[in-house]
Amino acid sequence: MNNKMTAITGNEAVAYAIKQINPDVMAAYPITPQTDIVEKYSEYVADGLVNTEFITVESEHSAMSACVGAAAAGGRVMTATSANGLALMFEILYVASSNRLPIIMPMVNRALSGPINIHCDHGDSMAARDSSWIQIYSENVQEAYDNTIQAVRIAEHMEVRLPIMVMFDGFITSHGIECVELLEDNKVAKFVGKYPPRYPLLDIDHPVTYGPLDLYDYYFEHKRQQIEAMRKAKKVVLEIGKEFKKAFGREYKLFEEYRLSDAERAIVVLSSTAGTAKEVVDELRTKGEKVGLLKLRLFRPFPYKEIAQTLSHLKAIAILDRSASFGAFGGPLFTEIRSALLEADKIPHNVNYIYGLGGRDINQTDIASIYADLEKIVKTSRVEERVKYFGVRE
Amino acid sequence: MSDIKKLGWKEIPEGGLIAKAGNSATYETGSWRSVRPVRDEEKCTNCLICWVYCPDCSILVSDGKIKGIDYSHCKGCGICATECPVKAIKMINEKEFTD
Amino acid sequence: MANLKELSKKEEILSGGHRLCAGCGASIVVRQVLSALDDPVVVANATGCLEVATTIYPYTSWKSSFIHNAFENAAATISGTEAMFKSLKRQGKIDKEIKFIAFGGDGGTYDIGLQSLSGALERGHNFVYVCYDNEGYMNTGIQRSSATPRGAWTTTTPAGKVIPGKAQYHKNLTEIVAAHNIPYVAQANPWRWNDLIEKARKAFYTDGPAFINVLSPCPRGWRFDSKDTVKISKLAVQTNFWPLYEVENGVWKLNYRPKERKPIKEWMEAQGRYRHLFRSENEHIIKEIQEEIDKNWEKLLVKCGEK
Repeated sequence: MNNKMTAITGNEAVAYAIKQINPDVMAAYPITPQTDIVEKYSEYVADGLVNTEFITVESEHSAMSACVGAAAAGGRVMTATSANGLALMFEILYVASSNRLPIIMPMVNRALSGPINIHCDHGDSMAARDSSWIQIYSENVQEAYDNTIQAVRIAEHMEVRLPIMVMFDGFITSHGIECVELLEDNKVAKFVGKYPPRYPLLDIDHPVTYGPLDLYDYYFEHKRQQIEAMRKAKKVVLEIGKEFKKAFGREYKLFEEYRLSDAERAIVVLSSTAGTAKEVVDELRTKGEKVGLLKLRLFRPFPYKEIAQTLSHLKAIAILDRSASFGAFGGPLFTEIRSALLEADKIPHNVNYIYGLGGRDINQTDIASIYADLEKIVKTSRVEERVKYFGVRE
Repeated sequence: MSDIKKLGWKEIPEGGLIAKAGNSATYETGSWRSVRPVRDEEKCTNCLICWVYCPDCSILVSDGKIKGIDYSHCKGCGICATECPVKAIKMINEKEFTD
Repeated sequence: MANLKELSKKEEILSGGHRLCAGCGASIVVRQVLSALDDPVVVANATGCLEVATTIYPYTSWKSSFIHNAFENAAATISGTEAMFKSLKRQGKIDKEIKFIAFGGDGGTYDIGLQSLSGALERGHNFVYVCYDNEGYMNTGIQRSSATPRGAWTTTTPAGKVIPGKAQYHKNLTEIVAAHNIPYVAQANPWRWNDLIEKARKAFYTDGPAFINVLSPCPRGWRFDSKDTVKISKLAVQTNFWPLYEVENGVWKLNYRPKERKPIKEWMEAQGRYRHLFRSENEHIIKEIQEEIDKNWEKLLVKCGEK
């Protein structure tokens, strides 16, 4: 194995992945906790280590706007952001996806203002879940790095051509130092390949118009195309995951099942909390408890069939949401999964925990208590409170 | 009005992209007109002032000479007649034409 | 100086069949500006009259590559496109010369898009930005913008019993842009087509960002007959309401000096949006506007070294 193991933060690893991907254009604006990515990338640019034209924009709105202009021009385009930055991009997220521009965006999860907060929760990316961006969540630094590299192939796939955001947890993963395997430059270059252009603005011999006024005659048809592209993305995510495994050994699917096949109780969760939960699963397993975990990787498109199949054998599941969907019946992950379970032969007892907002910590004892709650639900066959707010002071 | 058959979602370029550059030329806006510019070829000096001020690209010029007016797009604003330095263009009510 | 016979031989980039109002200034501006080009161009356009009227799906009036992104980001959008061009050119993946231009109305330029414009100018992208200034949000039905002149009626500055039209003077965007110290800034007007085309040529063939603010009379919003677009345009210059000047590498130059400055009243009388100012109780406003114009003119003369 020529690849090196390196102790590195999530932001550094992702900046390194971007350097290896070597996009033609990057337009980004610094925001905590994503800032190191922009700083590190500026160094790569200043040292002439990349071909990238780096646009140091004056806002995230212009970052995404410039990405749209650059991607439509016909080349590989990246940016990165967090929380309020993503919120400022919001209008243009939809323009990017509707124009079918495969922009790649590492997205460091952070709570949205207000009040202003810089720590992790998933309210930012969850707010963008209907923007027609593919959404992939990463548990740790290695996954953030690997997912960023795979994201290029997924977004640029001719059957997909949708933008993609790769999430990882603010501070916990973005600033946490972990020992990861960084791949060799030439192998990453080979894996991501050349950018496959489609309708580039710079092909002045074949002029095209992007972004027309699209009224009731055709808007719906264009949205239908996007829905189809999103549907196809699931298959592509799996294909690219397989290819990645073949090239580099690590396996990526739609979600990770952790000691789940014979489990009776399980937690469903995204990102770094899954790492904490795995420890708890191992510990409870040594005591003979049949517990497991489903860590979702792909949130958009939502793999509802596969999830329903995988969860239906369980007796009780706790769905952990690190974001609130105000006024909804539970958090976004909960509503998706509960809806998906209607496709299953058997629906396990299910309960939602809204946790960790604004970076509120969740530890192993907390997660063990959730498994204990599930045990009570299994015993009594009753869910007393469907949506719980975990770790908030009354 | 020209009409393009409305196609299904599998038949059109993705993302609302229009790959037929300048195809609005097939869309008629001439029906908006209530007055029609008519050019007196005798008076016209081909100075092209009407051409440079026309909002609708409707003064047809070939080799520096005016060949006519594109009535399928001219909306009858009357700028050409107002600005013509030799008053070679007159605006005439559409009702006076039978075509 | 531009020669119309020669210009008319070039293939036009804007095609007929667009759905701008009869007598619209915007398409006159676009045609004149683009006629200055000798190279292929990519056009970006902010949301607005020009954009909606030229790209109603499945029709486009653009024979060049064209992109509309949103209302407030034409400058950021074109800076992305230009950056991609630079990147691909540096990598040897493209060898042609291509020009880049963004068009925006005053809404997309003076107001909601000012940050995007300022950012793109400061970063120094090689592009031209043309504001077709029709002094209001005409696409949404004539609302005031920061480009709407004092006293004018709009649907959000109605001529009421207490407040007679817009209370504020319009923002001097051309000077705001000039303060960015970019290589080329100009103010122009479609009546002086040769001046505008020459400015467009300079803008396209200047290395770095260039900006032209072009007055674009709007028959519908300013309340005048569609045949008078160029006349109104001329009056704006003759009254010193819209002076024609340029700032080339920091040097200010006046491009036109009326032989005799016409009173602003003449420009106002020609447009229905000022009608209420001619009521006796409002006439002082016309006087104040005249004073403001004269004061600004004197300041401009000093900047241009004419005084």
